[in-house]
Amino acid sequence: MSNAASATMETGTSGFGVYNMKLGMWIFLLSEVMFFTGLIGAYIILRFAGPDQFADPGVVLNVPLTAANTFLLICSSVTMVKAFAEIEQGNQAGLKRYLVLTAIIGMMFVGVQVYEYMQLAHEGFIPLADLYAAHGRHAAEGGAVVGGPLYASTFYTMTGFHGAHVSIGVACLWFTVFKAYRGGYTKNNYGGVEIMGLYWHFVDLVWIILFTIVYLI
Amino acid sequence: MESNAAQEHGAGHKAPNYYLIWLVLAVLTLAEVGVAFVTAIPKTALAIILIAMALWKAVLVALYYMHLRFEPRRLWIITAAPLPLAVILVVIVLAEKW
Repeated sequence: MSNAASATMETGTSGFGVYNMKLGMWIFLLSEVMFFTGLIGAYIILRFAGPDQFADPGVVLNVPLTAANTFLLICSSVTMVKAFAEIEQGNQAGLKRYLVLTAIIGMMFVGVQVYEYMQLAHEGFIPLADLYAAHGRHAAEGGAVVGGPLYASTFYTMTGFHGAHVSIGVACLWFTVFKAYRGGYTKNNYGGVEIMGLYWHFVDLVWIILFTIVYLI
Repeated sequence: MESNAAQEHGAGHKAPNYYLIWLVLAVLTLAEVGVAFVTAIPKTALAIILIAMALWKAVLVALYYMHLRFEPRRLWIITAAPLPLAVILVVIVLAEKW
């Protein structure tokens, strides 16, 4: 393939009025919509199938901690979009500042999630049926076991897949930061920042839905 | 030479107030957490209220942070394509209950 053809595939305008890379990212994100919808659908089936395995909001899961984490992700979305707005104006310093902030907040989100997992596992909220019966939440205190292994399985599957998406996003963000510091983006060439932003906002959007379904309902 | 991203955005739209949207998202999150613990509301109604608030937040992110509001109509069509499938999947699953 010639260099010209290669350049057109990456940055040329598609028939949809947007450049190819952006169209590609949108199509990827739409496949991700179906992926997460599949997970949510499975969660609904399992929740109706075994309502006794699930607990009311706040009984097992730490809602205040996760609400704070949700707030962090919302903050990272605004810093990401500000990075985009800065490079649109040709402001390199602003781009770097907001990209670094976004990556740091993203890492904080993952850190809080890891802390939450460790805390929950310590309390016996684990996806293994045999162990759950013996060490399930509150069982150690001699009380009734709250929820069941199905709850833990669905919780870790949904939030874990999301966490993996955030972690990949953080890695990509640091790559974008690296490229920004090498002058890879200008007022006239910032497609990479926009593509990164689309992915990052999507991760935020998915969390908004998951937080409501998994933690609040 | 200008990239395609710059050409698209060069045509221009007024940048939304990103901080105002951030504030709305934060307030809605706080409201969601508050509403979730109101025991006076029946569970089904509570679920509908919470999902409506979550969808509102998701739409704000898609429209303003992902700039979907300023994209060509053809991209809107692509974006909307899987949504009916997602709704069908969830509705059929929900219908199992009743």
